[in-house]
Amino acid sequence: MAGPSDKQGQDFEKALNQSDSAVAEFVRDRHGPLDRLQHVLHANPTLVPVIVLVAAVVIFGFVAGERFFTPFNLTLIMQQVTIIGILAAAQSLVIITAGIDLSVAAIMVLISVITGKLSIDLGVPTPIALLVGFACGAAAGYMNGWLVTRVKLPPFIVTLGTWNIFFALNLWLSGAQSIRSQDIDANAPMLKFFGENIAVGSARLTTGTILMIVIFIVLWYVLNKTAWGRHVYMIGDDKDAAELAGIQTDRTLRQVYVLAGFICALAAWASIGRVGSISPQSFYEGNLQSITAVVIGGISLFGGRGSILGALFGALIVGVFQSGLRLAGVDVLWQVFAIGWLIILAVAIDQWIRKVSA
Amino acid sequence: MSKSFKIALLGGVAAMAMTGAVHAQETTACLITKTDTNPFFVKMREGAVAAAEAAGINLQTYAGAIDGDVAGQIAAVETCIAAGASGILITPSDSRALAPVVTQAREAGILVIALDTPFEPADTADATFATDNFRAGELIGQWAAATMADPSEARIALLDLNASEVSVDYLRNNGFLQGFGIDIMDPTDIGDETDERIVGNDVTNGNEEGGRTAMENLLQLDSSINVVYTINEPAAAGAYEALRAFGLEDQALIVSVDGGCPGVQNVADGVIGATSMQFPLLMASLGIEAIAAFAADGSMPANSEGLDFFDTGVRLVTDQPVDGIESITSTEALELCWG
Repeated sequence: MAGPSDKQGQDFEKALNQSDSAVAEFVRDRHGPLDRLQHVLHANPTLVPVIVLVAAVVIFGFVAGERFFTPFNLTLIMQQVTIIGILAAAQSLVIITAGIDLSVAAIMVLISVITGKLSIDLGVPTPIALLVGFACGAAAGYMNGWLVTRVKLPPFIVTLGTWNIFFALNLWLSGAQSIRSQDIDANAPMLKFFGENIAVGSARLTTGTILMIVIFIVLWYVLNKTAWGRHVYMIGDDKDAAELAGIQTDRTLRQVYVLAGFICALAAWASIGRVGSISPQSFYEGNLQSITAVVIGGISLFGGRGSILGALFGALIVGVFQSGLRLAGVDVLWQVFAIGWLIILAVAIDQWIRKVSA
Repeated sequence: MSKSFKIALLGGVAAMAMTGAVHAQETTACLITKTDTNPFFVKMREGAVAAAEAAGINLQTYAGAIDGDVAGQIAAVETCIAAGASGILITPSDSRALAPVVTQAREAGILVIALDTPFEPADTADATFATDNFRAGELIGQWAAATMADPSEARIALLDLNASEVSVDYLRNNGFLQGFGIDIMDPTDIGDETDERIVGNDVTNGNEEGGRTAMENLLQLDSSINVVYTINEPAAAGAYEALRAFGLEDQALIVSVDGGCPGVQNVADGVIGATSMQFPLLMASLGIEAIAAFAADGSMPANSEGLDFFDTGVRLVTDQPVDGIESITSTEALELCWG
């Protein structure tokens, strides 16, 4: 077959003589610094938000002056992002599975109203009211998960529906009327536990901020160091492959939604401490703000990629921008404008990183 | 669906048809609110129901699903036209988008009265019964200036609604500033004032969470703030939480607008210094009376002098009254508050 006479071959094979005879190989055609950056970012998805966060703090330190760069203001920003940060933790879990949860803030507000009604209007002991709240949060999450996995509806549609349902229930239960801070102080001060200040020098941490950080650390551990966590990532990356690998994908998905609902119930407790009152009208845009934090934190909306810590940094970036622009005297509408560009930039960077070759 | 439920349903329909027949000779009026969950509109409906009973008018009530539900309100107006109503009371969810259907109703000979929220232009409807929001702001501004030892030492925080600067937002904000004695420049613009005493404006979305964050932001600009204007009472409650967290709750006077029961309770508790109360119940009952008069002899409601709407009144609620400004106490106000 390899004889010289074969070179002639049949007439139609003559063109082969002009073909490349080199053995096929992987070609690395570009090795510029940009490529290396792309690889580094691909391997460390939280690097982008960390760089943006540090850069933003430094830049606003110059632009907004010394008022910005004080321990007091920096910890105030942490207080201001606490609730959206906790919601973003719940949101991240769902987004890592390639889903989305539009109902997180609605669950949170509903749970705060349920807890408040029970402990203040009905005189139920506060710990029991809180437990009922946790159970309702988990149940709301289960409802989402059940609709996604059993009725096979897309998460977007399911949670768009439950967002409206939970919001309507909240208005019905509360009559759109707030429960006053003074009434909570008098009847159920435990509801404000996550509003307690811890002063360290001029820095002011709240127990709510610490709760947020603990939630992120625990979730980071669970997602990265347990089999269940790796399953969650795998489902987001490729659900069919995960199924073929023997993962009970639907059950895991339902667990993710239940956990998200439970975290929303924790956020509800923390929000009472932060806001002071129980306010059925607050956080109407909380779901979108949580998605913003997740996206800016470099977690891929397409699922399976990104570190949950990114969502914490994403929430902090939004907080730093708002505080910095505010202290620099920039009008509110330009703050909104800036956050809009941040979102687009974050997703563009995510898309670019995903194109990494090999 | 169970059989007994079906029978009950049929019975209900038959009963409704019969009631319709009985009332066929009566005057019919419609009340269309933005939502039926907000306590403000709940109170409005109570006022309308009571006034309609007193006047022997058949009242039909409708509401949008949420604030901003224009389609739902258009459908409600169309239903009222079809029902042959004599008059429609409406709080428009959109000041412009409802104009065509309202014109259609007026062409059908129906008296249309806007409650609480004016149309743009206001003469889209036959009349508007609303709170004078500028006056509401002016009252609390005058009160704050009279209560302070030295108004020239004021450090003022302004907590507004949102970035869109809708009419209620600039009217209350600028009314407050004028009442306090500050040159408001453009009366339809927020934040164009140059008075040194103003620390800044921020937005609250009219709720507690926004009120707290906005107050924190302004305190970061200047921690000597001693006068806080707020768009409504939930925002005021949030502002108070921020002041308390900064340990400054005794330094600042908080003033607000609305007259909701939790807000009035906050006046009693010393959280809010003074608030301007509005009267949704009165808007609705006056509206029903106007429809009854129109149905009887075709007479049209008139505007208040110097305004392009009928002013349903505001009252200052405070437990620290000052000379020259009429006010009621929080105890009296708790009898009148809505929600």
